[in-house]
Amino acid sequence: MGAIFDNFGSGVIPLEGYIFISLIMFFTGIYGFLSRKSLLMILISIEMILNSADINFAAFNRYLYPDQMEGFFFALFTIAISACETAVAIAIVINIYRNLNNVEVDSLQELQEPESTETKTEI
Amino acid sequence: MNYSVFLQLHDELSLLVVMVILLTFDISVSIRRGRYIQPLAIVLLTIHTLLNAFPRDAFEVAGGMYQYFPMHTYVKTILNIGTIIVFLQANKWLNNKDSMIRRGEFYFITLSTLFGLYIMLSAGHFLLFFIGIEMASIPMATLVAFNKYQHKSAEAGAKFILSTVFASGISLYGISMIYGTTGTLYFDDLLPLIVGGPMQIMSFVFFAVGLFFKISLVPFHLWTPDVYEGAPTPVTAYLSVVSKGAAAFVLFTLFTRVFGNLIDEWQSILYGLIIISITLANVFAIRQQNIKRFMAFSSISQAGYLMLGVISASTTGMSSLVYYVLVYLFSNLAIFGVITIIENNTGKVAIKDYNGLYQTNPKLSAIMMFALFSLAGIPPFAGFFSKFFIFAAAAEQGFYVLVFIALLNTIISLYYYLLIVKAMFLRKSDEPIERITSDIPARISLVICLLAIVFAGLLSAVYQQIAAYSFI
Repeated sequence: MGAIFDNFGSGVIPLEGYIFISLIMFFTGIYGFLSRKSLLMILISIEMILNSADINFAAFNRYLYPDQMEGFFFALFTIAISACETAVAIAIVINIYRNLNNVEVDSLQELQEPESTETKTEI
Repeated sequence: MNYSVFLQLHDELSLLVVMVILLTFDISVSIRRGRYIQPLAIVLLTIHTLLNAFPRDAFEVAGGMYQYFPMHTYVKTILNIGTIIVFLQANKWLNNKDSMIRRGEFYFITLSTLFGLYIMLSAGHFLLFFIGIEMASIPMATLVAFNKYQHKSAEAGAKFILSTVFASGISLYGISMIYGTTGTLYFDDLLPLIVGGPMQIMSFVFFAVGLFFKISLVPFHLWTPDVYEGAPTPVTAYLSVVSKGAAAFVLFTLFTRVFGNLIDEWQSILYGLIIISITLANVFAIRQQNIKRFMAFSSISQAGYLMLGVISASTTGMSSLVYYVLVYLFSNLAIFGVITIIENNTGKVAIKDYNGLYQTNPKLSAIMMFALFSLAGIPPFAGFFSKFFIFAAAAEQGFYVLVFIALLNTIISLYYYLLIVKAMFLRKSDEPIERITSDIPARISLVICLLAIVFAGLLSAVYQQIAAYSFI
């Protein structure tokens, strides 16, 4: 964290700055995944998690290992993969919308733990 | 660059050929002729399996990006056998009115997840590994949501894709931290560089979450029962056996080869996870009323047993792990075969519907009983030998307390497996399931499973073959 304030105003963004942003994005994504009620918002939260990892890859590559390209390529592939994942997830969400006419998480309650254990007492 | 090196990837190339042939066939023929796609898929996949069943010398392609070890041939063959059996069982379900028009897609998508698992198994670089794991899990979500007019299936699909991508996102963040601390992502280069700094341990924990999720160990298992219940039964069978077996093997190779220096840390993590997985899953399995949900908890506890092979981190551990996957595959697919047949003919999936099954369907109940005995580990069946080897592997490394707890849990699991046997044989029912005439492919699959359950344990050659190529 210190490096961010030391270089403040000098026009140089230190590596810590990028890691800080990516951490904020990561935990925002996790918070959003756990707290949002709409499937689409959950999907956006997941995208944030994936993108925070991409920022990490690009920043580490640029600052620590500038003579190779591994991190940049990983980020590119991840973007492509997350696009595929979003396409499939949206298709499934649309299918749910057709069945139920909404995309709220609360409407996905058909599959859950059975409430009581009464039936097992007759053993 | 010389592209001819890719010709060495026999397994992947021949699977790709099978996929292309099936896709072309599916597109070009009419819906009525489409019923021939099942025999075609099974014949092609069997040829593919036989062609690739013999181990070759170890090699690597693209500077270590893809690494082949002879053991991979056995693991891939086991996965192929599992897929063939699932294909045999899926026929009746695919030919019903809703899914008839889409039945070709089932075979193609299943094979593309299998292709992803192949890539994941043979990866020697985190990029290829990540692509493989995503290639296996994204099409899997479409399979889970395959019955698109049923709410349950759609709901299971949504739960599966959201939680699987969440887990792989966390895993990806871990990989990015590994890259930050070491500057490389090749497995072979990483081994000396990962020495256990705080950030590396953190990155390991982040990364491991994705894999633990895939084999559904306990803190990461919450998706399993819902998805298993909602997915079409053949897909559940595929998910519980093929995808889980591949992930368990990959977990072993990654933990020993990449994170070999963190062995103390991950052994203590696994120690806790194994105990909670086996115990908690057993306790939850007892209170289930739906048989698919019941099998989900049973498979979580079996995943705990699989991890006993990983924690030993020895060559014995690897051979017993692969052998366990093989035996677990046949036992589980036999049970799911019976569940599929009953569900297709009557639509019943509750455990109480199985009351008095022996009166009307003696053969189905006998096969189910043998498979349950094998899962529980009762001696003449293969499940006993696989449990014995995996306990021996863990005890060899001094995990006596852990093995003892696992043994105690075997007794609990015997109790709830016997509940089903009791329901089938001893309970009387006013309206038992009527007599079922199952379709021929499903019968063939059950016979294969039954033979394997009986003989895979008694023929010592099976284990010796696997043990011959174990590596660490």
